[in-house]
Amino acid sequence: MDIISNLTIFVLAIFVGWEVITKVPPILHTPLMSGSNAISGITVIGALLASGTGNAELTKYLGLAALVFATINVVGGFLVTHRMLKKFQKKEQK
Amino acid sequence: MSASVINTAYLLAAVLFIWGLKGLTHPKTAVRGNLLGAIGMLIAILATLAAQQILNPLLIIVGLAAGALIGAILALTIQMTAMPQLVGLFNGFGGIASVLVAGAVLLQVMGIAMGGGPRPGMQELVATAASGLIGAVTFFGSLIAFGKLQGIVTEKPVRYTGEQIVKIIVAGAAITAGVFVVLNPGETQYYWILAGIASLLGILLVMPIGGADMPIVIALLNSYSGLAAAATGFVLNNTALIISGSLVGASGIILTNIMCKAMNRSLANVLFGGFGAVDSTTISGDEMYAGKVKSTSAEEVAMILKTAQRVSFVPGYGMAVARAQTPVRLLTEAMEADGISVDFGIHPVAGRMPGHMNVLLAEENISYDKLREMDQINPDFPNTDVVIVLGANDVVNPLARESSGNPISGMPILNVDGARTVVVIKRSLSPGFAGIPNPLFAAENTLMLFGDGKKVMEDLVGAYKEA
Repeated sequence: MDIISNLTIFVLAIFVGWEVITKVPPILHTPLMSGSNAISGITVIGALLASGTGNAELTKYLGLAALVFATINVVGGFLVTHRMLKKFQKKEQK
Repeated sequence: MSASVINTAYLLAAVLFIWGLKGLTHPKTAVRGNLLGAIGMLIAILATLAAQQILNPLLIIVGLAAGALIGAILALTIQMTAMPQLVGLFNGFGGIASVLVAGAVLLQVMGIAMGGGPRPGMQELVATAASGLIGAVTFFGSLIAFGKLQGIVTEKPVRYTGEQIVKIIVAGAAITAGVFVVLNPGETQYYWILAGIASLLGILLVMPIGGADMPIVIALLNSYSGLAAAATGFVLNNTALIISGSLVGASGIILTNIMCKAMNRSLANVLFGGFGAVDSTTISGDEMYAGKVKSTSAEEVAMILKTAQRVSFVPGYGMAVARAQTPVRLLTEAMEADGISVDFGIHPVAGRMPGHMNVLLAEENISYDKLREMDQINPDFPNTDVVIVLGANDVVNPLARESSGNPISGMPILNVDGARTVVVIKRSLSPGFAGIPNPLFAAENTLMLFGDGKKVMEDLVGAYKEA
């Protein structure tokens, strides 16, 4: 894909992010950070490609290290956000 | 699987991320929002695995299992008070993953190019350098932030003469190394030199920043981790990475902005100036407090609370440090049982990350509709019988209302001094992070309740129940 379509996607996604996230209330800012942080773990896809399809030794092992870090980010991020949000939700049922 | 199928899967993942973030705009929908995000991630991962011819399946299983295990243990065992450290650490992991992926891909494509394959284009090379630079700054900056929050590295700003020049030189060196990467992609060692210099830059940028500015730093590093992922997306020509990375980049910048506004400081001032740039020696605490500070006891406060109709708590980082949330909840419940209306005034920068206080209070089952923002609660203070300030200082300092002359001038604060009685729970009269005394402590309507936050609150609960 050419650079212009990539840049188009990049810029439009920033605008979407801006619109959606300015509506998040301050009480949810911590879960927002950990949740968006988990989303930035999307690098896991790059890590999968590097570790899974690399044929050079070094590429494979760099990919593996990246995969471990990115998976910690994804799994840890979504789980801890879930743990926090549950606490906010509990009061709702009371 | 064809390219259009996998790209459709990525589009679906991106939609789920946006939808998920939208869910976070209300506590009711937030859990579902987070789950949608997780499902989006799962779809993206499965599609990637299905689309590629996987040469090293064992490696992938090991990597995913190890990461999932470590991540789950961290997420499930962490105490809520330690949340800022954990989020800081996760930011860093996202950053280092980007550094490693871009490096691995560079090795791979240059290997192919040596064998007569196509050479990477300008976009890919610039993006590789950007991934290495932003990712390494994020990783080492986050490690220092983690260290500061965990108490391994000093929370005080580490400043030295020539600091700005050192930072500029290192930043210049990093950019130069980036240019080398783009011009000589075959010499892959330049990439690792770039990552090394950027790591040093990350350390230098965060070391001079003090503990109370951590909410801003964590938010900014959050944004960087997103931008690093987006840059890696440009390396791989992968739209899922570009979209998710820019969503997170925007989110982090918004939070950074909110935090800066709440401190009435520019981002440049936080990163390069810091407190101490304004001369604050003109105000002496001893003079301000002499003969005016009234110390009180838990029993006396309990008596005042008994006759109150409206009570507000103003928690700060001190509450988190003392782990005083549980007695706060107990006292809240006891007062509400007596028909007293209780709420919480939360300054945007209270604590060590955005929204820190809300999470701690939510953990104690304190309903979120009692947690009120600064602008919401400020008009109510004049009708409030008692405000209990617990472990907060600069965010309730009336000196901030003066237009100039001190480090917090112009910072929006909680105007607790307008309440009928203010009870300040604090270990001593020592100044807060801004290093200036607080006239609130000497005010006519203020009572100081000295001691450890948790111990004092427990005494207060006991005294209230007996009163």
